[in-house]
Amino acid sequence: MANALERIQSTIAANKIVIFMKGNRNFPQCGFSAATIEIFEQLGAPYETVDILADGEVREQVKIYSNWPTIPQVYIDGKFVGGCDIVRELHETGELQALVKSATASAATVH
Amino acid sequence: MIERGLPGAQVEVRDTTGGGDHFEALVVSDKFEGKGLVERHQIVYGALGDAMRARVHALALKTLTPAQYENRR
Repeated sequence: MANALERIQSTIAANKIVIFMKGNRNFPQCGFSAATIEIFEQLGAPYETVDILADGEVREQVKIYSNWPTIPQVYIDGKFVGGCDIVRELHETGELQALVKSATASAATVH
Repeated sequence: MIERGLPGAQVEVRDTTGGGDHFEALVVSDKFEGKGLVERHQIVYGALGDAMRARVHALALKTLTPAQYENRR
C-alpha cells in the first residue's frame, strides 16, 4: 500500500475538492468537520472526504504536508485552502464560491 | 504567548468554553500585509509553536492588518 504521503497526494490530485476530516459526510465526528461539510453541501459542489480517524498515518502526515496543525483541512484544485474558520470566512466573502466554480469548471472541460 | 512570537502584534484572546483548550483570538499585525488567510494563520501557529500542538484543541483566528482593524471599528 502507498505510504501516507502518497495516499494524500493521489487523493488530492484525483479530486477537485478534498476534505480531510474526522468522520465522514454522513457521520462527522467533530463540530468543525461538520460545519465544513455543511458549507460544501450548501454549495452543492461534489467533494471527496478522507476520514483521518480511520488512518492515523494520514492524520499526522497531512498536517506536515500542509504545514497546518488542525483538522479539517480543505483542498481545492490541489491547493490547500484552509481549515474550518478560513473556509467559513471565504464562504462569507464569496471567495469560496469563486474557487469552487473555477475548479469544477476546469473539471468540466477535462472530460 | 502569541505576542512573544509575533512582536508588535495586538492580541485579544478569549477562552470560548472555559475549558482551557478552545480559544478565539483576534490578532492585529503589520506582518499580515499582503498575505492571504492561510499564511496569516500559519504565522500565528508558528508563533504559538508547540503550545498549539500540546494544549490547544481549537483556535478560531481573526487575523487583521492594522488598517483592516481600524476600518472595522
